[in-house]
Amino acid sequence: MELEDIIKDENIVFKKTKLLNDKPLSYCPGCGHGTVHRILMETIEELGIDEETIGIAPVGCAVMAYEFMEIDMQEAAHGRAPALATGIKRVYPNKYVFTYQGDGDLAAIGTAETMHCCNRGENILIIFINNGIYGMTGGQMAPTTLEGAKTSTSPYGRDVSTMGYPIRITELIAQLPAVRYVTRQSVHTPAAVRKAKAAIRKAFEYQSEGKQGTCFIEFLSNCNSGWKMTPAQANKWMEENTFKYYVPGDIKDNFKLLKNPIIE
Amino acid sequence: MSELRLMKGNEALAEAAIRAGVDAYYGYPITPQSEVMEYLMKANPEKTTGMVVLQAESEVASINMVYGAAGAGKMAMTSSSSPGVSLMQEGISYIAGAELPCVVVNVVRGGPGLGTIQPSQADYFQTVKGGGHGDYKLITLAPASVQEMADFMKLAFDLAFKYRNPAMILSDGAIGQMMEKVELFDPVPRRTDEKVAEQCPWATTGRKRGTQKRVITSLRLVASVQEEFNIKLQNKYKEIQEKEVRSEMLQCDDAEFVIVAYGSSARTSMKAVQIAREHGLKVGLLRPQTLWPFPSKQIETLINNGVKGFLSVEMSAGQMVEDVKLAANGGAKVEHYGRMGGVIASPSDIYEALKKFAK
Amino acid sequence: MINEEIIIAGFGGQGVLSMGKILAYSGLMNGLEVSWMPSYGPEMRGGTANVTVILSEERISSPILTSYDTAIILNQQSLDKFENAVKPGGILIYDPSGISNPPTRHDLNVFSVEATKAANERNMSKIFNMIVLGGYLKVNPVVSLEHIEAGLKKSLPERHHNLIPANIEGLKLGASLIQRENFYKAAC
Repeated sequence: MELEDIIKDENIVFKKTKLLNDKPLSYCPGCGHGTVHRILMETIEELGIDEETIGIAPVGCAVMAYEFMEIDMQEAAHGRAPALATGIKRVYPNKYVFTYQGDGDLAAIGTAETMHCCNRGENILIIFINNGIYGMTGGQMAPTTLEGAKTSTSPYGRDVSTMGYPIRITELIAQLPAVRYVTRQSVHTPAAVRKAKAAIRKAFEYQSEGKQGTCFIEFLSNCNSGWKMTPAQANKWMEENTFKYYVPGDIKDNFKLLKNPIIE
Repeated sequence: MSELRLMKGNEALAEAAIRAGVDAYYGYPITPQSEVMEYLMKANPEKTTGMVVLQAESEVASINMVYGAAGAGKMAMTSSSSPGVSLMQEGISYIAGAELPCVVVNVVRGGPGLGTIQPSQADYFQTVKGGGHGDYKLITLAPASVQEMADFMKLAFDLAFKYRNPAMILSDGAIGQMMEKVELFDPVPRRTDEKVAEQCPWATTGRKRGTQKRVITSLRLVASVQEEFNIKLQNKYKEIQEKEVRSEMLQCDDAEFVIVAYGSSARTSMKAVQIAREHGLKVGLLRPQTLWPFPSKQIETLINNGVKGFLSVEMSAGQMVEDVKLAANGGAKVEHYGRMGGVIASPSDIYEALKKFAK
Repeated sequence: MINEEIIIAGFGGQGVLSMGKILAYSGLMNGLEVSWMPSYGPEMRGGTANVTVILSEERISSPILTSYDTAIILNQQSLDKFENAVKPGGILIYDPSGISNPPTRHDLNVFSVEATKAANERNMSKIFNMIVLGGYLKVNPVVSLEHIEAGLKKSLPERHHNLIPANIEGLKLGASLIQRENFYKAAC
């Protein structure tokens, strides 16, 4: 059998979404960003909403997301993506708008923009990549860095007495009455990826129903280079440590809180 | 139909925004310009023209909402006063770097810091020399009457879209708070989505299949690419400098000395010129309506016509005076007179300063 | 030629700013150029309030002034502040209620209007400022009653148009109450 006999439409078992181009991703191998990019663009393609979608990527590892995603995009200042999203959605209420924010962006410098965007129930999807570290700038402490974790700005481990506690911003967001859907996902196993993709799909479907409320999806990701581990070690560490503090699963759906949001 | 009304500067500006077909106002309250959002909220243009009016959580959020809407090709604006405009500088720099058309209004109050709520012109440097980071310019209009608060609203958007550049209306507390007769221009309908697509092919409104995606960004990591962009910006600024200078001259024909003043200082100076003329002093007034681009050529011309000196009258420690000096380029005496911190120099104060200057 | 520069000053809450606004609106109805420049900010809250109104047949230069053709004064602080700011030969109108040190300048036309007293007696405190304005317009009819009525119609929201007759009544009352003070002779 020749190669040409094999490369035929009926034999295709996997095809990359057209909404991601062929540029090599700038993310470290094993990082969750690449997978989230993929399932996000796949979902937009599958829903057929690519012509009506505007994405916003602020400062962080994904600041160049527009280099890879083949949809209209805006790049935002650090922390300000939810304000841009508000600005766009208010003048184009029928378009689909999402932000793609990291933990430093969403839970530190952009806390006000994020909380108030959610509090107004802007009909957008916020995608929150939580890897517990500032990856882009080289591994500094993030608001979500776990207690005791060593980073370049907490070299002796995060001391909560002086540096504050790792913030469960997602649970705080879930408290806001105008927020419709809140879930915490990960993309470190094939099963997790399938669940995560279903969550993205649900959020866009909610958005299609007109102004109802904000959808918010947190993705727990490793930052293997920042954590100074191999990708496999980092995923294992994440399961054993991160998942205990940031428990995966749905937190709120259709305005209904599903579990005790702050303390497990 | 144009309409005659008695309005505060801030109200006239807000009404003009609705009439100019603005798509969105995002703002945060601060004295002395809160009337802008109050007027808009009360007028509720969402019901008539479809204009969005939203109270944001901060000036930081307001300017970034403007960025988002402007990046999608819409006519978006915000207004604030000095401390709030300081907070917006990050966003303004990004907007300049992404070449987005929008209008920011600063009804200036005295500073630095929390300062006073009384009128001031101490934000001149911040507005025309930068404010935010990077090599950029804001098209800056300086209204000196309630009428101009209304008229410049439309002009600011026209210029912003013509050059894909942010425009600033630099007003002050006195112009914002005072009432005058204003003739409101006829309402212009908001642009349709088709018109936006036609006028702003760069706007992110959703990528149509088979076309290139649009990206709004100010990030250019490669130094040579950033420099190339900076050169493009500078060329644009040069064109604006050549084509868009606006100013008014009063009694300059035979003047030996000329006051240069904008905004409410131009109004008090106008009276000072009247007093001076009554006392036989040959004095005129040059009133820049655009602060950037600055009417440098007009100053050159006045020097060629025999003007011996320029007195820059400002409610600041002397900021615009530097541009007057640059324009005069040693060809005439240039000095500053002004009061600070929200104190307004009266026409007689200015006349006294003028008398001393003309000696 | 009309070029009238007026300062109206009193306590916040006395209707100083709205009196100025009605005057400015009436000027507008009369085809004049007008400006209305208030003092604004914290001093308004319970403290003094003042507004400069200019009515002119020509383009108005400075809306901010230090000397005036007319001062309308409604409390002692304002009298202390603005008596010396009236141009020689100008008009000073004051409400004697709450004034312990009346005006002393001899080179002015000084008038008093007992507006506070009249308003209280008639339970008309809401149109106190119109009584004062009526007094001023008697002395200097820079705008007519018709212009005032047109100005009120334009400046008041529709739901308050039922108050216009009461306002006009206040103006007329003020016109009947205003009295020339003979300080110059008294001082002799």
